[in-house]
Amino acid sequence: MRVLVMMSGGVDSSVAAALLRDQGHDVVGVTLKLWGGESDSGCCSVSDVDDARRVADRLGIDHHTFNFADEFTTHVVGPYAADHAAGRTPNPCIECNRHLKFDAVDERARALGFDAVATGHHARIVERPDGTFRVARGADRAKDQSYVLHVLDQERLARTILPIGHLTKDEVRSLAAGLDLRTATKPDSQDVCFITRREGRGTFLGDRIPLTPGRVVDTAGATVGSVAAVELVTIGQRKGLGLPGGTAPRYVVDVDRTTSTVTVGGPSDLLVAEQPVDRLAWADGPVDGPVEVQTSAHGSTAAATVRTAPADPGRAVVVWQEPHRRVAPGQSVVLYQGDEVVGGATATD
Amino acid sequence: MPDAYLDHAATTPMRPEALAAMVPVLQDGFGNPSGAHRWAREARRMLDDARDVVAAAVGAEPSEVVFTSGGTEADNLAVAGVTEATGRRPLCSAVEHHAVLRAIEAVGGTTVPVHPDGSLDLDALRAQLHEAPVGLVSVMLANNETGIVADLDAVGAVLAEVTPGAVLHTDAVAAAPWLDLPDRCRPAALVTLSGHKVGGPKGIGALVVRAGTPLVARQVGGGQERERRSGTPDVAGAVGFAAALAVTVAERGATVRRVESLRDRLVAGLRATVPGLVVVSPDDPAARTAGTALVAVPGLSREALVFLLDQGGVAASWGSSCASGATEPSHVLGAMGVAPEAAEGSLRLSLGWCTTAEEVDHALAVIPAAVAQLRAAAA
Repeated sequence: MRVLVMMSGGVDSSVAAALLRDQGHDVVGVTLKLWGGESDSGCCSVSDVDDARRVADRLGIDHHTFNFADEFTTHVVGPYAADHAAGRTPNPCIECNRHLKFDAVDERARALGFDAVATGHHARIVERPDGTFRVARGADRAKDQSYVLHVLDQERLARTILPIGHLTKDEVRSLAAGLDLRTATKPDSQDVCFITRREGRGTFLGDRIPLTPGRVVDTAGATVGSVAAVELVTIGQRKGLGLPGGTAPRYVVDVDRTTSTVTVGGPSDLLVAEQPVDRLAWADGPVDGPVEVQTSAHGSTAAATVRTAPADPGRAVVVWQEPHRRVAPGQSVVLYQGDEVVGGATATD
Repeated sequence: MPDAYLDHAATTPMRPEALAAMVPVLQDGFGNPSGAHRWAREARRMLDDARDVVAAAVGAEPSEVVFTSGGTEADNLAVAGVTEATGRRPLCSAVEHHAVLRAIEAVGGTTVPVHPDGSLDLDALRAQLHEAPVGLVSVMLANNETGIVADLDAVGAVLAEVTPGAVLHTDAVAAAPWLDLPDRCRPAALVTLSGHKVGGPKGIGALVVRAGTPLVARQVGGGQERERRSGTPDVAGAVGFAAALAVTVAERGATVRRVESLRDRLVAGLRATVPGLVVVSPDDPAARTAGTALVAVPGLSREALVFLLDQGGVAASWGSSCASGATEPSHVLGAMGVAPEAAEGSLRLSLGWCTTAEEVDHALAVIPAAVAQLRAAAA
């Protein structure tokens, strides 16, 4: 097959490219230029492009750079800022996967005559007896990235290869070392790739959306602290709330944007019986029975059922088996059965 | 599979004469030309022979030729060196190479707009010259993306009329393979050349600084190149550059005629086979260089197009690129008012001294097929 492998300049995609080559595929590497601004790492900096190019040289495969900076700004950075302004806590990596890696790049790959696209995500794609596909957890549960790939639909899954999903991170690094790849010991990328550590989220968002100071109150309504920007506060947050120390931990349990009020409470105040969601998409049809639900990139799962309303199939309510911490609006809610992703949605208020 | 190298404007293969001239320098001419012994004198002689050739090719005196590491350094030296010497702000056309554009921006200079045909807006130039004292005006002789040739006589006349003290710099890097430099560069006090665009090696270029031009060195040290560019000169590079330039000048008439007809065939063939093709470079041979054809397929991604051409063995380019190798919007096409949709689908095909009819035929087979493939995918 002709395979276009997305090489970020990290160790995972380096090994993904090597494995595809060794399997006899006709492999071309591509690095995406996604962000024109400053970046510590991620998919955007010149030094990461250099790493990807040098790995491709080492593997003897062609390497190209695609500039999708406009699409990235439109589909990832813009919505990231707008979501914060609207009181949501977005997952930009998921939007990047949805709109860039498995949409714009896949479209380009088709046009260029490639049979498949590949990435270095720690996840697997399994084919079920009925011929449909599902995203499944990678072999390394601690590095598993199936959560951020839940947006892949059947059409995308049929054209996607995840070559390192069956490997642990240690195995990936040792394969890279064995191939003498320069990325073998490169640290994993962290955080949001388009925001630098030096600049920080507050400055980044402050340049793009108005930030509103807010009052912090307890569940009885008494003012206990203040925040510089309610747009930066997320459900479940503990720090940066201007609270006096020495008391039991208190968490953000609610953010009211209309009055710029942040409510804090104890861990039990965060617990809810149900979680409303929208943008619900099933991998291959609705699941009536119990599912395990993951609400953050590397979190654990909790048992629940999904109650859908026939009138609006995009909206649903996740009914927790045991009371569960409220999920910040905007966060992805991913539904599993065993290791397999059966659906995904976005938390709402 | 046959190949077609159509990216000569990025760099062109070395002339055999250049390589042959360099080998003995690299083998035996290792002396430092600044020394006071036989080995040094031998190196110095080779360097100055090369200087004589470059001077003659531009229509300058040997003492006016400053060897540099390439076109970018020469452009930087011209812009920053004159600006520091005069204390006056510089101007350049909006379609200059980044080596000029960034150097102008770095010292607080501004750009002068161009007309849709790529020619400098002389009224705008006149207005900017009246605004504040100007020390240098930089207008490239031939544009590296479009091949469009500037009328330096007209620019020089405006300078003489409004600001006689201002000097004219021209980046003649893209023009050197094609145009009669002594004639075209006459109005310019400073001329930039690059070795590898005329079949010499990379890493060597020259700035011609006509006598009396105010210039402060940017790179200081041992005072080489008459205090205008310190550092031990690249003797072998200068010799190769000079040999390439000499053969370029000697064969120019024949090369231009031959390449012009190949380019005509290429452009006519593309017009016939690629519906909707926009030819940005002018048809009039007097208005552009013989080797460069900037075309555009509106609605297509030039990144995807260049990728497919590469797969088909055709080397082409989108004109300008950033350090990561990604496409960036062309400031040249933007300044000419080319619609963004067309600019996004632009493709620079540049022929050179060794381009063959077989290469053009191969390109004419690959390019329409690539366009058709991308259009089918988009449909």
